[in-house]
Amino acid sequence: MRACGAGSLGIAASAAATLLAVSSLALAQEHAQWPAPAGDFANTRFSALTDINATNVASLKLNFAFSTGMLRGHEAAPIVTTDTMYIVTPYPNVLLALALDAPGAPLRWKYESLPNASSQGVACCDTVNRGAAYADGRVFFNTLDGQSIAVDARSGKEIWRTHLADINHGESITMAPLVVNGKVLVGNSGGEFGVRGWLTALDAATGKLIWRAYSTGPDSEVLIGPDFKPFYAQDRGQDLGVHSWPPDAWQRGGGTVWGWISYDPELNLIFYGTANPGPWNPDQRPGDNKWTAGIFARNPDTGAAKWFYQMSPHDLYDYDGVNENVLLDLDVGGRQRKVLAHADRNGYLYVIDRATGEVISANAFVHVNTIDKVDLATGRPHYVAEKKPVVGQVVRDICPHAGGGKDWQPSAYSPITRYLYIPHQNLCQDEEAVPANYIAGTPYVGANIKMHAGPGGNRGVFSAWDVAVGRSVWEIKENFPVWSGALATAGGLAFYGTMEGWFKAVDARTGRLLWQFKAGSGIIGQPIAYRGPDGKEYVAVLAGVGGWAGGVVSGDFDTRDASAGNGWGNAMADLPKFTQKGGTLYVFSLP
Amino acid sequence: MSSRCPEIGICLLIALSLTACEREDRRFSEAAAAAKAPDTITQSDLQPGGPTPRATLASPYDDNAYAVSQGKQLFEWFNCSGCHAQGGGAIGPALMDEKWIYGAAPENIFASIVEGRPNGMPSFRGRIPTQQVWQLVGYVRSLSGQVRKDVASSRSDHLFMKKSEQSLPQAPPAPSSPPPQGQ
Ligand code: HEC
Repeated sequence: MRACGAGSLGIAASAAATLLAVSSLALAQEHAQWPAPAGDFANTRFSALTDINATNVASLKLNFAFSTGMLRGHEAAPIVTTDTMYIVTPYPNVLLALALDAPGAPLRWKYESLPNASSQGVACCDTVNRGAAYADGRVFFNTLDGQSIAVDARSGKEIWRTHLADINHGESITMAPLVVNGKVLVGNSGGEFGVRGWLTALDAATGKLIWRAYSTGPDSEVLIGPDFKPFYAQDRGQDLGVHSWPPDAWQRGGGTVWGWISYDPELNLIFYGTANPGPWNPDQRPGDNKWTAGIFARNPDTGAAKWFYQMSPHDLYDYDGVNENVLLDLDVGGRQRKVLAHADRNGYLYVIDRATGEVISANAFVHVNTIDKVDLATGRPHYVAEKKPVVGQVVRDICPHAGGGKDWQPSAYSPITRYLYIPHQNLCQDEEAVPANYIAGTPYVGANIKMHAGPGGNRGVFSAWDVAVGRSVWEIKENFPVWSGALATAGGLAFYGTMEGWFKAVDARTGRLLWQFKAGSGIIGQPIAYRGPDGKEYVAVLAGVGGWAGGVVSGDFDTRDASAGNGWGNAMADLPKFTQKGGTLYVFSLP
Repeated sequence: MSSRCPEIGICLLIALSLTACEREDRRFSEAAAAAKAPDTITQSDLQPGGPTPRATLASPYDDNAYAVSQGKQLFEWFNCSGCHAQGGGAIGPALMDEKWIYGAAPENIFASIVEGRPNGMPSFRGRIPTQQVWQLVGYVRSLSGQVRKDVASSRSDHLFMKKSEQSLPQAPPAPSSPPPQGQ
């Protein structure tokens, strides 16, 4: 494997070229700024800054903190341009602009998007938002009630807003948009509400809809046409998004697009995952349930699909395919290949040729007892029959649980160590499938779930994965699921946060803990690094526990009911002893 | 009692069969009074000059085991459980504890279901027949032990998640403290 010259850094550079004014290009190239939650188009979450490094990180100090004034889960990454930091809060999705060029970073402006309060009822997993994106003087973000908004980065004035999702059919939006070729890419949430998933491109200038690609239904609406060349035979055929379902079930079949999008400018392809099929009860939807729980490669200008690969055909456990696709260049048997690395909910880490959709390798990165192996000839997983959910019967110890080996929390890749730093959980569950009843705008699930810690008893892990070799190099066990994003830096560091509220810096090679800070609430946000207007390197993260895993605190569950929060009540009953609610931004620097 | 009841045993029997009757009664329609929610719901204990007289309404099914068990089934069928889990809360708040945002009185719970509540509780107006709403009210109250133990449901025939409504301790709604007397 090469140090990602063309893969991540090269893409980072071209990402910067599109995203930022020419004057700031030099800074952007070394990731001095952080214009989107993933940092770059390749989704590496790697910072080339080295001021803060393994030798001096022990003296890292809090530089300033800023309360968001919100109590729900803070999953967003702050984003940073030359002199301003932008934060989207959880519902009610306030956009805060902090002036980094003034002492103590006061508010430059605050934009209130005022989403419909009722949208909180269709947020399956806390009223989170995963961040904003900056491009050409504008900040773009989405609201829980399904609007996409562009705000002037300087003045904080609204430029356009486009209403995309309908809460009365269970739709919401929680994802961070990605801006590619002058288009804002936005997908819906609501996989637990029987919605029909889609990804939409809006004109960044006007907010007008350019294309929409559904994840289920006829080819014409999935934007499958002559360019579509999936690698595996099972994905070829007409209208599979209709025929791989019982009649009409595709109309409420899920496949939402609430995770991450990456972009390869050379191939001019975007890559993103589709979420679980609905309902969870698999007996209500015999068939492969295309195009759910898989990865699409599409042309960002037309939306036309190039290939699709399904990690979990006929998903049995809510194994969404939305996790980040990290774009790398990898030496495979002496040949350089453009690949993507994808740590899936189903517990396997896939390395896929991103030009063709061919799976190069798939190795379990957590304890998995639901899938024996992935057959590389057919691309299909071998499901373990005893672990299949059955109506009216309890199946014990399904690993990984519905949240998967890893959920939304994005990993980071360092081209220096060539490791992927994966924040994840170690959880299993008992499950009983029950009939799901479709009532638009209400949950459509059909599974009673009770989660528990996996082998070893630790509920979370932060691990370093050698992508070329396909195995874990080191692992740090954490008491609670590691629900924060990861950050890797050229300073030889990896950063992550814990649900108790520890923000940690570890040695990128060995995993040795080098520094930690206890925040006021559990951390489920995405850490970033940037160079401030004063020329210093800063590391920033939002604390504020919640999300699906932290609902026990942010939603005040009564954990005498093990099913609270879709089964987390059982697994997380002790979290309130360790942390309480409250969103705060923390920014660190060397003294 | 003994003056009007010659035989204490018979008296007890009558009393028992009366309550038993209500407990087992399967009513197919609801009396006119209960067919709609009262218009006297108050959301605030701050009532200028002191509380005004206000009619309260007993839940028609607080003593009816059949209706409460119907309510339990409806709680699944109308996907209440999808948002409130089995009472411990998820998207919506826990319903088995002593904390209430919009009031624990039967008419308040009725209104929560029919009118909806601003932060994400759907309005089921016109979607659930009135009688079934009252059955749901009975079941919701049973989650926090607000109905008699012999009316509440026993253990479900499903993956065990929590003690049955019958065996959970009462969680009376947190009392509003009475205003000081005099001055
Ligand atoms: C789509 C999710 C959703 C569904 C379905 C749902 N609820 Fe709710 N419910 C909520 C939310 C969210 C709230 C809190 C609303 C607020 O705070 O304004 C709530 C509030 C309530 C309350 C008031 C609680 C209090 O503390 O005052 C009651 C009672 C209630 N729901 C009962 C039900 C019943 C019965 C059903 C089924 C008929 C149901 N809910 C279905 C989301 C839901």
